[in-house]
Amino acid sequence: MSVLVFTENWEGKFKKLSFELVSYASKVAEMLNTQTVALSIGDVQEDELKKLSNYGADKIVVVNNDQLNVLDNQAYASVIAQVSEKEEAKVVVIAYNNMGKALAPRLSVKLKAGLASAVTKLPTSVEPFTVYKKVFSGKAFAKVVLKSDVKILTLAQNSFELIENAKEASIEQFDAQIGEIKTKVKDVQKQTGQLLLTDAEIVVSGGRGMKSPDNWAPIEELAGLLNGATACSRPVSDEGWRPQEEHTGQTGKIIAPNLYIAVGISGAIQHLAGVSGSKCIVAINNDKDAPIFEAADYGIVGDAHKVLPELIKAIKEL
Amino acid sequence: MKILVCLSNVPDTTTKAKFNNDNTAFDTAGVQWIINPWDELALTRAIQLKQNAANSIENITVITVGGKEAEPTIRKALAIGADDAVRIDTEAKDAYFVAAQIAEYVKNNPYDIIFAGIESSDYNGSAVGGMLAEFLDIPSVSAVSSVDFENGEVKITRDIDGGKELVTTKLPLVAIVQKGIAKEPMIAAMRGIMMARKKPLNVVQPIDVDALTEFVEFELPQPKPPCKMVEPENVKELIDMLQNEAKVL
Repeated sequence: MSVLVFTENWEGKFKKLSFELVSYASKVAEMLNTQTVALSIGDVQEDELKKLSNYGADKIVVVNNDQLNVLDNQAYASVIAQVSEKEEAKVVVIAYNNMGKALAPRLSVKLKAGLASAVTKLPTSVEPFTVYKKVFSGKAFAKVVLKSDVKILTLAQNSFELIENAKEASIEQFDAQIGEIKTKVKDVQKQTGQLLLTDAEIVVSGGRGMKSPDNWAPIEELAGLLNGATACSRPVSDEGWRPQEEHTGQTGKIIAPNLYIAVGISGAIQHLAGVSGSKCIVAINNDKDAPIFEAADYGIVGDAHKVLPELIKAIKEL
Repeated sequence: MKILVCLSNVPDTTTKAKFNNDNTAFDTAGVQWIINPWDELALTRAIQLKQNAANSIENITVITVGGKEAEPTIRKALAIGADDAVRIDTEAKDAYFVAAQIAEYVKNNPYDIIFAGIESSDYNGSAVGGMLAEFLDIPSVSAVSSVDFENGEVKITRDIDGGKELVTTKLPLVAIVQKGIAKEPMIAAMRGIMMARKKPLNVVQPIDVDALTEFVEFELPQPKPPCKMVEPENVKELIDMLQNEAKVL
């Protein structure tokens, strides 16, 4: 028996998210009195793999096969299913991100395993197996009972802390059966050297209150000073003031940074659905009645064009 | 070529979450129901693809799993431009149950491209599209922001971390779509609304499948403490609180 955790790597490196997942999985394994097995697919060096054991992995299974250089959902789900069966996993933990959303549902059907998506906490009980998940885009939470023998949980980003728990993990190569790869990649466009919005610990976001795309320099400067990323509200990306990739909200990116600074954003319910997982929200808006102040932890009522330069100056002085 | 678009009938996204029966059920009183926003964009893209005769798309079907109360939403999809509709007549129990029902229908009525939204705005499962593909043993591409045809091949853009990939797969396939697949949802014209009344809406009996998960209780988020206001001339105070109180700087 085991708890299996799928740890995605990015060009051979793990991210904080991977370690959050292992921390979470090893706590679930403790509740079930069993061991934690981490699965890594792709080419990852041994010293990087060993980092997974710092967060409680008892065993690391590696599947490294050139055919898996392309993300083919069918092939990947099949590999995870094979490892899951080999390790007799009772629970499989995956990230609630692009890759997790692509793979977990396929795996659920393969293993006939109930799936709970966007789980935010440890199971509240293991018998019956009950978890908490977000529903209504963060406007509520639900307790879900998973009734199947095997269970799959996708963990919402930034909802679980890293817990160091060093183990002597063994590393094992596994030769998975890989069927036909039906997905072919024709072209890749990567933004290089830019912090990903979904990875950023700090996000500075602008709304229609910025008045014009020409006014974005202070947002970018503030984000740069804080090692953060920039985002925007839907009207701003719809107007073409900022790229679609920056649209944060219910139908855009769902983010959960430590600090979200909303400038000139009124805070429509759909926008809040994309940022409500943030640890701390700061709102700067000239309308004291804007709904963003109901969601924010700290607020400044004022003109963004005056407040932002002050904020930038103060941060430079730190 | 035939396209199937999976629809979920969801509360309007501005709806406040309320629950009843000791917080075990969503309170539907006074709720406006809409086509799940991503499904509506998927339908829009399907119609755009059909409008280009070179793509030779003969038919767009919309499918949903739900009771009769879902029919106004289905009619809306027909008014926007779907050719026919299927309603599998049962309450949607969980994503696995819904995907199994749709898969059974598709096994008997094949489609070349199946669109599913990346998630439903109510239960946020992000699961039906991928599950459906697995039940049918066909490829799925997720986080899709464009679908097109070129030289008889399907060309799909998907989001990956830090960029985009242009991919192709064999057909049939399930495309799990998100923002960008269409710019704005198409709006039904008066003529479409008139025609929708006459378009076929087939009611299909469900198969016997066990749900694997069950929602047992709902909870609203804890009310948060009120926002601490800082005067615009005191940004240093804000920074101090972010460093020492919130500990996020």
